[in-house]
Amino acid sequence: MSTLEIRDLHVEVETESGPKEILRGVDLTVNSNETHAIMGPNGSGKSTLAYSIAGHPKYTVTKGQVLLDGEDVLEMAVDERARAGLFLAMQYPVEVPGVSMSNFLRSAATATRGEAPKVRHWVKEVKTAMTDLEIDPAFAERSVNEGFSGGEKKRHEVLQMSLLKPKIAVLDETDSGLDVDALRVVSKGVNEYKSQSDVGILLITHYTRILRYIAPDRVHVFVNGRVAASGGPELADELEENGYERFVGAFGADKEEQPA
Amino acid sequence: MSDAPTNTNGGAPVLDVDPGIPSGSPKLAPWELRFTSYDVEAFEVPRGREEQWRFTPLRRLRGLHDASVTADGRIDVSVVSGFGDAAADLAGSGTRHETVGRDDPRLGDGGIPADRVAAQAWSSFTEAHVVTVNEARSDDEPLTITVGGPGAGATAFAHMQLRLEHHAQAVVVLDHRGSGTVAANTEFVVADGAKLEVVEVHDWADDAVYVGAQHLSVGRDATIRHTSVTLGGDLVRLSPVINYRAPGGDVELDGLYFADGGQHFEQRLLVDHSVPNCRSRVMYKGALQGVEGGTAAHTVWIGDVLIRKAAEGTDTYELNRNLLLTDNARADSVPNLEIETGEIVGAGHASATGRFDDEQLFYLMARGIPEAQARRLVVRGFFGEVIQKVRVPALRDRLEAAIEAELEVVGV
Repeated sequence: MSTLEIRDLHVEVETESGPKEILRGVDLTVNSNETHAIMGPNGSGKSTLAYSIAGHPKYTVTKGQVLLDGEDVLEMAVDERARAGLFLAMQYPVEVPGVSMSNFLRSAATATRGEAPKVRHWVKEVKTAMTDLEIDPAFAERSVNEGFSGGEKKRHEVLQMSLLKPKIAVLDETDSGLDVDALRVVSKGVNEYKSQSDVGILLITHYTRILRYIAPDRVHVFVNGRVAASGGPELADELEENGYERFVGAFGADKEEQPA
Repeated sequence: MSDAPTNTNGGAPVLDVDPGIPSGSPKLAPWELRFTSYDVEAFEVPRGREEQWRFTPLRRLRGLHDASVTADGRIDVSVVSGFGDAAADLAGSGTRHETVGRDDPRLGDGGIPADRVAAQAWSSFTEAHVVTVNEARSDDEPLTITVGGPGAGATAFAHMQLRLEHHAQAVVVLDHRGSGTVAANTEFVVADGAKLEVVEVHDWADDAVYVGAQHLSVGRDATIRHTSVTLGGDLVRLSPVINYRAPGGDVELDGLYFADGGQHFEQRLLVDHSVPNCRSRVMYKGALQGVEGGTAAHTVWIGDVLIRKAAEGTDTYELNRNLLLTDNARADSVPNLEIETGEIVGAGHASATGRFDDEQLFYLMARGIPEAQARRLVVRGFFGEVIQKVRVPALRDRLEAAIEAELEVVGV
């Protein structure tokens, strides 16, 4: 049983005109076996939340806490967070030329598991996971994300999640840029990992589409750098119906300062 | 716009492109400006402003360029079959090693010196090493030519020729080590239909200065893959020139260099497409790491590609990439492409110098990989394209280990 607690999180980024606050007091708790959807308009700070949890150097936490099972995540380096059991499926996975996917996956698994996986088991494990995500085995010998299509990148993010077996996974717009077939495959991969583990999931999305495949237990509306409303799956239906207008009206007083 | 970070290069990539034509002079193509001679006296003593010498710290050449030094040492050359532990002598094979005098008629088949130091070496050497391959050697049996420097404080003028006769084939490791000051000409004479894969390694001791001209002569339908690796030495300056002798030549020039604080590694390439239907590919990759407060690590890469009027059907591409691992490092990169005919298959060049990509590091670390290991993965990946093409497994291992060792110096 694991718990990710985010308490009064304030985060700013450096801009040309000085520091700018993006997150303005986020409170959120994700437990094992729970799936939380975070929905919000562009520029509301959803991705900032994701990258701040993972520790991207671009973001500065000015106030608040992020705790994983009571441990202070903000004190940890990026790699320590991953080894502690956090995973971020990125919206824009990065290309690393010259580093093969298989070498990368094995290095990552060795780091997060604390020992090198036994070769025979590992090969089978990777093969099975790739088959589940309908990934051509030839990708194992290609450079990490290099020349991958958007859908191929997202499949490989989910592949990494299933192999690294995090306690808490943050999926940052994993659905963006996917056609229906790719969305189905990626969602199946996420559900597969959910069913095999106790993972707690924070699913960040702009659209309700993915929620038809990955059922959330809780839905949070994210506006202007904080959670504006929380509810059950029915909240997503309301957003589908009415959009974000109601929440932006109430919480978006200085909306024009947000990134476009 | 999303508020997620985008994949930037940790700062804009630096492009440093130089047209290579001295301003104020008549607009002559570089090969019309290019002068060659075996005689040192035919060249002016360089002062440092010349296009050919403007990047080179002349005071560190120890007199190789101005006749203020004379030879008081010699290089030590050994030739064996195999690489590393598997070495055996050449007896009974179709490969032989001779030491010959200045009057040997084969000398000069590869090319003619085009700068004063190369001409000084040519005017001054007393014996030359000629290694002749008259067989198709197995890829599993590389030829290893080890060149040892004259020793600390000593100077040598050296001459070597590697000959592949008609339809001969060989994988060769040309391994330079040791101390001292050396000016050298190295000829690679590859006859019609022959195939040479040579890895030229410059793994000199910290004190060494090596200035060498590589003359590559490419016969009809001949293939050369030349990989140049520079890892050690105070100053190493290499000037490979490709001379196509007949149509159908196919040349790949790969390079890998890793300069630490205070080291000056310079590569000046000339691919002279003078005959039709030849191909060339150039891919040089360099990493630099300076030491804070010390002398900068400096690398220079000049890639001149000429496609003369007669060279219809030419297919050429050259690329240079430099990775600045620390501050206090400077990489000059100057690709020049001169084209006199439009009847070609293709011609292109690319050059980029940049810092470590922080987004790559973040991505690897976000998967649990510790920072030092993530940096090593990125650097290994950067050089991977060059190293993977090296045909000798034990040499690949050695190069990878050398890069790891370099990275440990600055705690990467």
